[in-house]
Amino acid sequence: MHNKSVAELSRALEQGTVSSVELTRQFLDRIRNEDGKYNSFITVTEDQALADARTADEQRAAGNATPWTGVPFAHKDIFCTNGVRTTCGSKMLANFVPPYDATVTANFRKAGAVCLGKTNMDEFAMGSSNESSHFGPVTNPWGEKRVPGGSSGGSAAAVAARLVPAATATDTGGSIRQPAALCGITGLKPTYGRVSRYGMIAFASSLDQGGTMARTAEDNAMMLNVMAGFDPKDSTSVDREVPDYTATLNEPLKGLKIGLPREYLSDQLSPAMEQQVRDAVKEYEKLGATVKEVSLPHAKLAIAAYYVIAPAEASANLSRFDGVRYGYRCDDPKDLMDLYTRTRAEGFGNEVKRRILVGTYALSAGYFDAYYLKAQKVRRLIQQDFVNAFQEVDVLMSPTSPSPAFIQGEKNTDPVTMYLEDVFTIAINLAGVPAMSVPAGFIDGLPVGLQIIGDYFSEARLLNAAHQFQQVTDWHQREPN
Amino acid sequence: MQWDIVIGLEIHVQLATRTKIFSGSSTAYGAEPNTQANAVDLAMPGTLPVPNEQAFRYAVMFGLAVNAEIERRSVFERKNYFYPDLPKGYQTTQLARPIVGPGYVDIELGNGESKRVRIHHAHLEEDAGKSLHEAIHDSMGHGMTGVDLNRAGTPLIEVVTEPDMNNAEEAVAFAKKLHGIVTSLGICDGDMSQGSMRFDVNISLKPRGSDTLGTRTETKNLNSFRFMEQAIAHEVERQMDILEDGGTITQETRLYNGDRDESRSMRTKEEANDYRYFPCPDLLPVVLDDAFIEEARNSLPELPDTRKARFMDQYGLNDYDAGLLAGDSKLAALFEETVLHGKDAKLSANWILGEFSARLNADEKSVAQAPVDGKQLGNLVARIADNTISSAGAKKVFEALWAGDNGDVDAIIDAKGLKQVSDTGELEKMVDEVLSGMPDQVAQYQNEEDPKKRKKMLGGFMGPLMKASKGQGNPKLFNEILARKLDG
Repeated sequence: MHNKSVAELSRALEQGTVSSVELTRQFLDRIRNEDGKYNSFITVTEDQALADARTADEQRAAGNATPWTGVPFAHKDIFCTNGVRTTCGSKMLANFVPPYDATVTANFRKAGAVCLGKTNMDEFAMGSSNESSHFGPVTNPWGEKRVPGGSSGGSAAAVAARLVPAATATDTGGSIRQPAALCGITGLKPTYGRVSRYGMIAFASSLDQGGTMARTAEDNAMMLNVMAGFDPKDSTSVDREVPDYTATLNEPLKGLKIGLPREYLSDQLSPAMEQQVRDAVKEYEKLGATVKEVSLPHAKLAIAAYYVIAPAEASANLSRFDGVRYGYRCDDPKDLMDLYTRTRAEGFGNEVKRRILVGTYALSAGYFDAYYLKAQKVRRLIQQDFVNAFQEVDVLMSPTSPSPAFIQGEKNTDPVTMYLEDVFTIAINLAGVPAMSVPAGFIDGLPVGLQIIGDYFSEARLLNAAHQFQQVTDWHQREPN
Repeated sequence: MQWDIVIGLEIHVQLATRTKIFSGSSTAYGAEPNTQANAVDLAMPGTLPVPNEQAFRYAVMFGLAVNAEIERRSVFERKNYFYPDLPKGYQTTQLARPIVGPGYVDIELGNGESKRVRIHHAHLEEDAGKSLHEAIHDSMGHGMTGVDLNRAGTPLIEVVTEPDMNNAEEAVAFAKKLHGIVTSLGICDGDMSQGSMRFDVNISLKPRGSDTLGTRTETKNLNSFRFMEQAIAHEVERQMDILEDGGTITQETRLYNGDRDESRSMRTKEEANDYRYFPCPDLLPVVLDDAFIEEARNSLPELPDTRKARFMDQYGLNDYDAGLLAGDSKLAALFEETVLHGKDAKLSANWILGEFSARLNADEKSVAQAPVDGKQLGNLVARIADNTISSAGAKKVFEALWAGDNGDVDAIIDAKGLKQVSDTGELEKMVDEVLSGMPDQVAQYQNEEDPKKRKKMLGGFMGPLMKASKGQGNPKLFNEILARKLDG
């Protein structure tokens, strides 16, 4: 059963060939037996999961089922869960138990899904290797000592290792797509505003977006059906109709116009990676798509702009962790300043501190115009690049990451090298458009991802394109040994 | 040297919305600490602000009332600093694009002239909580600081004026005018004792006639007109002493202690925070369309200036009385209620601005807290006007009403035996009796040529007459009878 997709599990539950309690037990057993190797979970909520599974079975018996009723899954530990600790991968929140649900959490609860626990992540979602977690690094199921990517490394590894069929994730600069690529699974970052951010612990508010991780595009569609929608508690969420994302998965791709951004397929890309992308695009041509080269002229400025805007927002977003009301507090503060400085010095890890410092600097008097305002101008140019590109083509395709999973410790001594992991993903967050990563082959036995980028609110088309690709390829079905 | 005083004000006006500016918590004053703070107010992780439309409506109404431009696309920003009563570590406020742009207010001065004070802008923001330094101790008895977040997130507009005022009188006149405007609009309860309006005063001095402004100081958080007046006098004197001794003024923020008439430096410019303002990414720009602004314009109630003109026209009040009564919406409402029951507008105005206001001041009460209402005052005025009671008797009735003994004016008059005797025959008898007992004074009066002195001497008979009538004789009639009998 652990190799089945969400859609298959949903059908099995519907047909009564398995109960939610049985499924939940099986997956909990797998987590208990296997996760020692991966460290993909921070918290496993065994009792709660079994109780929810029993409720789900009763609901199915009573005929009150949704497609998700009784299906096990996991939440990235960035989504607040009422009564279950939510750490955001940080010592700062190691004992924080929220008295409320994130809207995403509440939506899955309403749908009857069974949450097995909270997955590991880079601290406050800041990282591309899941090495900045206070709860230890996550190991990629595809290779011993390989990183799973980040920041949603726990969710990606758990799905790849078949510990859960699906997991929620978030993406601020690539945190869904890059780990999905490195772990050989399918992930979707929706349009900014499509999924409520309420109760999703903020890293950079104008870039953060909750999204989906599963092995198939169809499962991603099923997740998005639960997650998407306007939320009156999040004034940046968009009041726009939510389609049934599973309804259009089988639309033919004939006539789909694919754009290949020149800047993303430059000579700096490894020939092996470029070959993977071109092979994937060939599959699309066989399905009736046409391909042309397009330009995103400001793409090269994306990392620089991002590493001003994201840290600037983070520096303010993380001010609330001050030891006054909740979370970590240093021992015996001698006065207020001591309480603040030691709580934050002891409670935050290095990467988080680095970004708070960078962000604070960028917003400081005398630097604001040169950094923050300039970065915002660049951001608008990048947005315009995408708007222009989507007048010519329906989707853009590129590699998701420059290389497959790297060795733990290889990049975390040099922040800039680590930041370059997101060179193909970051501009998408700055523009706010949706994008997916779809398994598209292997290099040296390690999975690589194809990034498919769409126009605003074109998630249905992205999922359709990914699903059709998965009907003619089996990269997403490969299992790490 | 002669000095010009330059004053600008920043006024925090607490908006009378039912709930907070970015959360659904109640804004009611005086609840148990932290009972009106939800997850958003506590800045729990992942929580987000949701703007309260009523706060925007109130801000727009204010803008229209002070003849200001309304910003169609205003932006909230984060003002970053750490303090225990600031849960998010930043205040959500407006800086570059405030909702209310430049406007003005005309104030009336004691000499009868009026003056225009320009408003630079007014912006929306959230209030912080309160730190409680007193009366909190741990189990070992060590003093601790408590934090009450009930007030955190209460909507404010901060009104910033141009430095257009030149003395304390003008500043206080402006403050009172603004108080009248916001209470008339119903966007603020105006209760300064509860912090509903708080004033920061920027003061600088420059040599008389100079075009260059001097270095200014800011005196913060003055919560009464009296303290504001005192604080300005205090700060002007302090700066003048320094300048006349050849010193220089330090740009700083000062705190004024009204009970001691002292001030101290809170922080200098060098110690000031770099607040690192930037647009709040959790809130979209506030876009106001014409319909919203027109709806606010149509909902504007009568404002003090219009009301003053009406009071002069409708009730025949003089400029000064009309200005005082119309300037405060509660006082204006009380006046109209009083006239409704008492008919005599001038007498109603005299009583409200006289006895009633004096008692408010003495008891440090607001109009809303007064134990006497307009109906009672009106009934009292009616009984004075129809000669049932004398003004001395009326004061006794008023005292009784104020003390809350008995709410009914006529019942008090009866119970206290204050009905005056207006039966001419009876009064004439008393006058005859008194005059016959005072032959010397009568002769003296009749020999006096100077009408002024005669009038004064006439008063000398009133004491014995009032005594003889046990205070109940109608003094006006006594006077008439006396004059008739003595002048022949």
